[in-house]
Amino acid sequence: MSRMETLTTPLLQVEHLTKRYGTRIGCADVSFDLWPGEVLGIVGESGSGKSTLLSCLAGHLTPDQGRVIFDTRDGPRDVLAMGEPERRRLSRSDWAFVHQNPRDGLRMGVTAGGNVGERLMAVGARHYGDIRAKATDWLGRVEIAAERIDDRPSAFSGGMQQRLQIARNLVTGPRLVFMDEPTGGLDVSVQARLLDLLRGLVREMGLSAIIVTHDLAVVRLLADRLMVMKGGHVVESGLTDQVLDDPQHAYTQLLVSSVLQV
Amino acid sequence: MTDQAYNFAYLDEQTKRMIRRAILKGVAVPGYQVPFASREMPMPYGWGTGGVQVTAACLTPDDVLKVIDQGADDTTNAVSIRKFFQRTADVAVTEATAEATMIQTRHRIPEQALTEDQILVYQVPIPEPLRFLEPRETETRKMHSLEEYGLMHVKLYEDIARHGSIATAYAYPVKVEGRYVMDPSPIPKFDNPKLSDCAALQLFGAGREQRIYALPPYTQVVSLDFDDHPFTASKAPHDCDLCGASESYLDEVIMDDAGGRMFVCSDTDFCASRRAEGHVGRLGAAEAGK
Repeated sequence: MSRMETLTTPLLQVEHLTKRYGTRIGCADVSFDLWPGEVLGIVGESGSGKSTLLSCLAGHLTPDQGRVIFDTRDGPRDVLAMGEPERRRLSRSDWAFVHQNPRDGLRMGVTAGGNVGERLMAVGARHYGDIRAKATDWLGRVEIAAERIDDRPSAFSGGMQQRLQIARNLVTGPRLVFMDEPTGGLDVSVQARLLDLLRGLVREMGLSAIIVTHDLAVVRLLADRLMVMKGGHVVESGLTDQVLDDPQHAYTQLLVSSVLQV
Repeated sequence: MTDQAYNFAYLDEQTKRMIRRAILKGVAVPGYQVPFASREMPMPYGWGTGGVQVTAACLTPDDVLKVIDQGADDTTNAVSIRKFFQRTADVAVTEATAEATMIQTRHRIPEQALTEDQILVYQVPIPEPLRFLEPRETETRKMHSLEEYGLMHVKLYEDIARHGSIATAYAYPVKVEGRYVMDPSPIPKFDNPKLSDCAALQLFGAGREQRIYALPPYTQVVSLDFDDHPFTASKAPHDCDLCGASESYLDEVIMDDAGGRMFVCSDTDFCASRRAEGHVGRLGAAEAGK
């Protein structure tokens, strides 16, 4: 596929996505396009439906309505209409999911090297030396010392666990990364390092990413575009700087003015 | 209550039908774990309740039964199961592998090659090879149905990372006919090559976990490994001290508190028949003189 063609097809097209929990709304009528190499931030308060939206996109929840069209290696396909084997294969190869709590995304009883190698083995790697070399390389890229490769994640600090989770997800070279509060629960200095690392990896690998967070500083640093959610609806969207510097919707104005100044 | 009050081979005929259905399904889908309604047996879990039910469902009055535990015919588990079937089914029993038509085993495959006229029944404690890495049954079932077996290699990776080589020495995972990953029950990995292309029907019963699976005769069974750490069927690097056999699986026996030890065949029938043929190992003559 030529570069021009790549740029004319969005990587992910979301159309009228709706998820209800009984009579309550999880998220309602969400539509957007994500282009290759773009980082989209989704912000909003707790209960605004941002995590529900992310789970629906990643296939962890089944939405009630709408379509999610992903530009697979064989052309655009509706992810929700795919069979489960195909969707799980996609989530092992082309997608990655970074959980807020690294314990949800890591195998705590398996060494760091095994954690990073799992995705490689899941897509068919069967050469121990190669797997280990790649795991060592990735630990280095997320700033974990190579001699920690045979330690279990339970012996790691929170920040290291989160970096390990990122390495484990990116090792197979996914094209789309979902992140749910990747910096939640980390102290600010560790957060800053993690953000710096993420920004580097995203630019270097040309990743597309969808980042859910309530931390406006995170999206200011990482996201190209921003969606603001409230009560399950998207109330405002646009370029990050535009939305943060000139908020139009009353809720966004409130959100931006709520950030504490040091 | 007299022994006559029991049905042939203890279980009632409806239960046997149910177990036979599960066995047939297992034979049709080699390596697939078939759930079955395991019955309470008059022995504790862990003593072969699954194997006993499979044996009971397959047994006919003309069968000749052999029961082994870790290769031996004369250990507690083997003796009690053999007595159980002598009493409830009144079948002929033997210790000679070649004479048996049905062999129930715990943790070994006999050294002597099996034939098409034999059935080998394994006692299985935990049938799910992925269990220790993935505790959720719903998830492991999905992994089997979608053939997602990357996790099995994570276990082997961990072995090499920690011990320098694949340290799993028993219950070594295998792939059956290129499809299902299977736990061969806790047989030593020395026995793994014997699983493949075996002339006998091999049945696996797990009573507590309520699963039956099977390998039909001449099924291809491959032990999982890495390209640069291939599977090796290991055994103690010695000859049997009683019969001198160099190719059989050995048990190590501590003789005294001064470091004295001997290695003997774990398959007692194999060892005894070799000695009857006149083979003598390092300590064989002394043993015979006692």
